Amino acid sequence: MLRLEKRPSPSRFWQGATPVLAVVLTMIAGGIMFALLGKNPVEAIRTIFWDPLFNAQYASYSRPQLLVKAGPLILIATGLSLGFRAGIWNIGAEGQYIMGAIFGAGVGLALYPVETRLVFPLMIVAGIFGGWLWAMIPAILKTRFRTNEILVSLLLVYVAQNILASMALGLMKNPEGGGFPGSRNLSQIPSMANPELIPGTGLHWGVVAAIIVVIAAYIMLQRHILGFQIKLAGQAPRAARFAGVSPERLTVLCMGISGGLAGLAGLFEVTGPAGQISIDFNTGYGFTAIIVAFLGRLNPLGILLAGLLMALTYIGGELASFTLGLPSAAIQAFQGMLLFFLLAVDLLTNFRIRFGTKKEAV
Amino acid sequence: MLGGINPAILIASLMVASVPIILAAIGELVVEKAGVLNLGVEGMMIMGAICGFVTAVATGNPYLGFLGGAVGGALLSLIFGVLTQYFLSNQVATGLALTLFGLGLSSMIGQGYNGIKPPPTGVVPLGPLSDIPALGRILFSHDWVVYASILIVAAVWAVLKYTRTGLILRAVGESHDAAHALGYKVIRIRMLAIMFGGAMAGLGGAYISLVRVPQWTDGITAGAGWIALAIVVFASWRPWRILLGAYLFGGITVLQLNLQAAGAAIPVQYLSMSPYLITILVLVIMSSGKGRASMNAPAALGQNFHASR
Amino acid sequence: MQRRSILKGGAALGFATMMGGKLAFAQGLEKVKAGFIYVGPIGDGGWTFQHHQGALAVQQEYGDKVEVVWQENVPEGADAERALTQMALSGCNIIFTTSFGYMDATNAVAAKFPDVKFEHATGYKRDSANVSTYNARFYEGRAVQGHIAGKMTKTNKIGYIGSFPIPEVVMGINSYYLHAKKANPAVELSVVWAFTWFDPAKEADAAKALIDQGVDVIASHTDSTAPLAEAAKTEGKVIGFGQASDMSEYKPSPRVSSIIDNWAPYYIKRVGALLDGSYAQVDVWEGIGGGEVQIGEITDAVPADVKAEAEALRDSIGAGTYHPFTGPINKQDGSAWLAEGATAPDGELLGMNFYVEGITGDIPS
Repeated sequence: MLRLEKRPSPSRFWQGATPVLAVVLTMIAGGIMFALLGKNPVEAIRTIFWDPLFNAQYASYSRPQLLVKAGPLILIATGLSLGFRAGIWNIGAEGQYIMGAIFGAGVGLALYPVETRLVFPLMIVAGIFGGWLWAMIPAILKTRFRTNEILVSLLLVYVAQNILASMALGLMKNPEGGGFPGSRNLSQIPSMANPELIPGTGLHWGVVAAIIVVIAAYIMLQRHILGFQIKLAGQAPRAARFAGVSPERLTVLCMGISGGLAGLAGLFEVTGPAGQISIDFNTGYGFTAIIVAFLGRLNPLGILLAGLLMALTYIGGELASFTLGLPSAAIQAFQGMLLFFLLAVDLLTNFRIRFGTKKEAV
Repeated sequence: MLGGINPAILIASLMVASVPIILAAIGELVVEKAGVLNLGVEGMMIMGAICGFVTAVATGNPYLGFLGGAVGGALLSLIFGVLTQYFLSNQVATGLALTLFGLGLSSMIGQGYNGIKPPPTGVVPLGPLSDIPALGRILFSHDWVVYASILIVAAVWAVLKYTRTGLILRAVGESHDAAHALGYKVIRIRMLAIMFGGAMAGLGGAYISLVRVPQWTDGITAGAGWIALAIVVFASWRPWRILLGAYLFGGITVLQLNLQAAGAAIPVQYLSMSPYLITILVLVIMSSGKGRASMNAPAALGQNFHASR
Repeated sequence: MQRRSILKGGAALGFATMMGGKLAFAQGLEKVKAGFIYVGPIGDGGWTFQHHQGALAVQQEYGDKVEVVWQENVPEGADAERALTQMALSGCNIIFTTSFGYMDATNAVAAKFPDVKFEHATGYKRDSANVSTYNARFYEGRAVQGHIAGKMTKTNKIGYIGSFPIPEVVMGINSYYLHAKKANPAVELSVVWAFTWFDPAKEADAAKALIDQGVDVIASHTDSTAPLAEAAKTEGKVIGFGQASDMSEYKPSPRVSSIIDNWAPYYIKRVGALLDGSYAQVDVWEGIGGGEVQIGEITDAVPADVKAEAEALRDSIGAGTYHPFTGPINKQDGSAWLAEGATAPDGELLGMNFYVEGITGDIPS
């Protein structure tokens, strides 16, 4: 009989080895699935994990794209992880991401056609504000009325989507767009664009911000009193209260940070890769970031790696989809499997597997 | 009445529109009462939708179809159960991954099922009862799943409130350590609750693909699972309030569409978001009432259990 | 000596072939790799499904001479730009982007790959010479539907389920209403905006709301077959139309006819042009005449005389002798739009943001 024994502290070895193990397991299970679909499993796996990085034909383009795709995920996930550690569940980053984009783009479009260097920084501030504002709704309802923040933040995603649609169709519609929905293309307006900073690297301001935020979060969690409070609130809420941590203050702070960062990600996306406010400008980064946060074990560095891995499966999946004719559904299921395995093998980090029947603790 | 809308027809419509959400939500309620938060409702619903559809088309029997849907949802929930209960993975992340996986898998199973009509699920013949003015239309002219969903809500309510099973389930959700100390098999109970939740979500999904929109298309549930999750919290984990929440939510959607059809000048784009806003509002009102809603949440919700000794 | 001359001849031949090859390149390609970018899943049974049918038709037509690749579920925006670039890098000679939202991405990538041809559906930007745009005059099909609706309604109430209030949809509503009104002056139109392209349950609810209001003919501009399925529950009292694809599973009723997006002829033509070297940049807006818009079989649920009228209408539009927007037409507020005999210029149609006279309610903005 198998049984689990909790390790006194997480295993260093398995912390590093579990992701590798999970990827290998996914390759096996995914390979079987691809074979069942009548595709060459080896080729499919190679296309997903290898080609975006090393294929002579694509890699010089796909590799930098990893940063473009991972940037917003990392930015949002890092913010969310702080709240998750403290037991504050912001599930509505998608909505905050949308509102950040709307506020940021709104400021830019209101100033159009002003061409000064100040426009973009203003838009950044507005983007952060938009996301922050949207996160403040659940935060304040939680602290004032004890309303469940999971639900309110989630519901606000749908509200944000509706606002987005009406913006794209109404207020922000490009006046030179012949009546079609969608705003002006911000990435084509020099003072508002978030361009690739060094050609061929995929590096844009959003990626830079993501890296800065990861470092800042890491330092904060290690060194700063707030980091300590967050960790304490999550692990021992009562002790935290005795230690003088105000749960209200922490809720407002964590929701605000995660909302602001999600809004920031939205702003960088709408001014850069996506380019414009359109009816369905959002593509689920806010939800995927939740998974990324947990895959990275709520640790900033882990999130960095998890975000890159997630981006790899997206881009590799796209390549596999059109070079091998794999249905996009198969890619989705494959990603689901990868997540399952990553989550499952994480067990080995915190537990030892023992054989034999259960004995009384010695 | 409101721009020529017949209230009896409106109520009858919203009762049908709410069935998938009621089923999925009552299942999730049981799961959460056992202390488990499964955010994969959308994934389980859509698996139920395709499994139910495939079964119904293959057998030509809609009843078997619903059974197939329930089994499909339960099977998918088993993945969640094994991962969270035995592998102790994080429930929020696992639930989200479950949705991703379910959406992909359902679409793969469904290839080749586009443009097929499933066998019809008929209205329960209640004879003269359905001819009663207004009441007949509201209460006695539905298919069997509408009645079944209400019966299931009643059954869950009764079981949770009056039976030993319900007591054990709630105990496990309040404090798994205490329940364990009392000798209850926490993991086993939670697994059963998770599978019940999966089966109900699957049933709700099957209702969409077999009755509401009798067809299969990719992504057919279109977010109903998320609404179901919202309804559970809205209902503050009380079975009858699930019914209320689902009717309210379904009612606003149906009402705004009816108002449009009746030609009432309403700001559509704002009404589309009104169900969400009203749900938030009701939530605030309920939770501010001496914090009763928050007190009703299972204390061990979302926490994994490992019997260290 | 002889051998040398053969060699020389061979060299000359080789040179000639090379030149010929180069000429042939200018004239056309030996083999074409065609890429398709889809916004939804192929299994949506509507918009994307029909584009994919077109892609498959290209493969069928040219066999070994083409390689067709596709990618489904590509979100508009950043992901589209990457998908397009990767397809171009993979050696595609021509790439069809099949949703309006791909417009900026298509033009951005086209600028980077001048040797690759880009074809954008339903857009209007052609920033570089290698971008063509194509669209279909769906409003022509709406005219035929409107006529059938006007003749078939018993309650004099007809309905339309709109997705988003964009010119494309407004144009369809106007065309539908104008021809229903012409066939039956007593007709009233109810428009329900679903604010979604795809949500089968909500589309079914919208259809139900219309039916509950006494509407007995429903047209829809959303992607799923849900409105037809809802109409089917009324046992013949309510009829509707197939949208995007034929939706023949609901024949003969409630689906009495359909608008079929038929992209195959255009795709075959464009890939063919690349093969034979006649390819040139175009801005195409074809309708019934060009075969891009097909009217699906009008079933026996429609009386023979109505069917004959509808088919005559279809044929006159197809032949170009009749334009569905022919004056006199007033705008909703009563102001004149088209004078007697005048037809609507394409530019005004493409930006249409008003209802015609007689439609009640406002376009949400």
